Amino acid sequence: MSAQGLYTRRRITNAMAMTFGAAATALGLFFLVWILWLTLVNGISALHGSLFTKITAYGPQGGLSNAIVGSLMMDLIALLICTPIGVMAGMWLAEYARLTKLGTVIRFLNDILLSAPSIVLGLFVYMIIVLPMSNMTHGAVSFSGFAGGVALALIGLPVIVRTTDEMLQLVPNTLREATLSLGVPQWKLTMQILLRAASSGIVTGVLLALARLAGETAPLLFTAFGNNFMTVHPLDKVASVPVAIYQYTNDPDPALHAIAWAGALVITLFVLALSLLTRLFFSRNKVSYG
Amino acid sequence: MQVTRTKPFVRDSEMRSHADARHDRIFRGVLKFCALLVLAALLGAALSTLWGGREVLFGQGLHFLTNDAWNPVEDDYGALSPIFGTLVTSLIAIVLAVPVSFGVAMFLTEIAPTWMRGPVGTAIELLAGIPSIIYGMWGLFVFVPFMSSIEPALSDTLGKLPLVGKLFQGPPLGLGLLTAGIVLAVMILPFITSVMREVFQTVPIRLKESAYALGSTRWEVLWDIVLPYTRSAVIGGIILGLGRALGETMAVTFVLGNSYNITSSLLKPGTSISSSIANEFNEAVGVHRSALIALGFLLFVVTFIVLLIARLMLHQLAKREGK
Repeated sequence: MSAQGLYTRRRITNAMAMTFGAAATALGLFFLVWILWLTLVNGISALHGSLFTKITAYGPQGGLSNAIVGSLMMDLIALLICTPIGVMAGMWLAEYARLTKLGTVIRFLNDILLSAPSIVLGLFVYMIIVLPMSNMTHGAVSFSGFAGGVALALIGLPVIVRTTDEMLQLVPNTLREATLSLGVPQWKLTMQILLRAASSGIVTGVLLALARLAGETAPLLFTAFGNNFMTVHPLDKVASVPVAIYQYTNDPDPALHAIAWAGALVITLFVLALSLLTRLFFSRNKVSYG
Repeated sequence: MQVTRTKPFVRDSEMRSHADARHDRIFRGVLKFCALLVLAALLGAALSTLWGGREVLFGQGLHFLTNDAWNPVEDDYGALSPIFGTLVTSLIAIVLAVPVSFGVAMFLTEIAPTWMRGPVGTAIELLAGIPSIIYGMWGLFVFVPFMSSIEPALSDTLGKLPLVGKLFQGPPLGLGLLTAGIVLAVMILPFITSVMREVFQTVPIRLKESAYALGSTRWEVLWDIVLPYTRSAVIGGIILGLGRALGETMAVTFVLGNSYNITSSLLKPGTSISSSIANEFNEAVGVHRSALIALGFLLFVVTFIVLLIARLMLHQLAKREGK
């Protein structure tokens, strides 16, 4: 082949590859816009005041108020559980076990928990909380908002562990040396100096964990179950927006589909706004969640 | 006089340092306990599902894996069709998502002007932020009708091909393995893309610039320099996406059709491990429930192994970087 022919062929290959890259990106963006646009259009046309004031027991004439309250309650329970545990586990990884074998293993397993199938975590909570509670109370308490909160906490935990660990590792060592040389014990150093230095990053982690767990459906199916009435009792069956969407989507009634779309819009806006704002405000603390 | 003065002082400081040491030990213990909870969560998930599925797992043994029946009336349960559905849909997702992710990562690291990289990258990552139930709704209400409108055309063109033709013959229901695979592909696209994009950026500029100086095109730099340098991490990212696809529930439950069969056609409905559990668990009792928990155990073990491999491969590149 002549040198000119080879050159032309290389340029054509290059142009094809570049076109493919741009087309692939356009395809990805197309799906994003498609899904978001549909959620927006269908959601807004179904968005009425009754969505926030009426409970699901009214069916097609009702709203999702009990599901919204239930979701907020379980998200709160989940954060109350996974934030302290996650932050402390992250502290241990960064401050006490940075280079130890056990630390490496736990950091590694935490990354696996980050992408573990959420439905199995739901089964896990069913086995360790729902079933024993039901056996102990002879069926009086079985599925509960508390169990749902624990299941969601398992989704958020690895996010917080990872962020805390990485954020503490970013704190310069001179700060540790300066503090320790003043005779400050290590627990005080960790709690009062390092935690404060890494606080904005850790808050990012908590918000990202919330964004992640708020949209989860699968772990709630066999833990919180669902409820057509308003309740904030953590030992009752509790409704949640994702599970309500799941049930309404499975129903043949188009009026329920409309409510499901409205719920989908609410939850998508909540989750995306949370993750987008977190990114914008704390972009200097970027951590990857591959 | 001096002795009586300093002695309490010394004792005081000694006591303080003892107290500090004790507090440190307690603090350290509490932190370690929390870190071990991560371990406990994974171990607990495996053991509790093993225990819950013991009736079927130990009662049937390996027969559970090769049995293609799923009959609640006769209490005969086999894992073969859910496993088949899970593997086929995940495989379709990977086959479709990998080239597209590679294209997007290529665009974001090599082609796009700098001002475009941030916003477009964030937009692609937003795909990962959309709750999976929304993918399910979109899949059922919008994508399934769309697929059922193009499936006759698929059967007429791809279905006529030798060898692969059989995959594309079937009723144009819209629901089915192919549709579920495509929805999964969209879902895992941002995960694979973000890993690829990140590792592409770790390639030393010097390597790339040397290649450019020798007259390489952008494509040649990417294919012959960047990709070989990041190979293990790229494969790790792909396997990570596979792990996501295997365990995904909500996006596939609506569009799979929930029917227990093993077919050669991708257009026919099927089921997957996760969608079987989601659909049937709350109505299941006795052996049926045990079989579903056993399926959960299988899913957990398989995804654990897949994710373990993925993380190990990602780790290799990080090690080379000296992290």
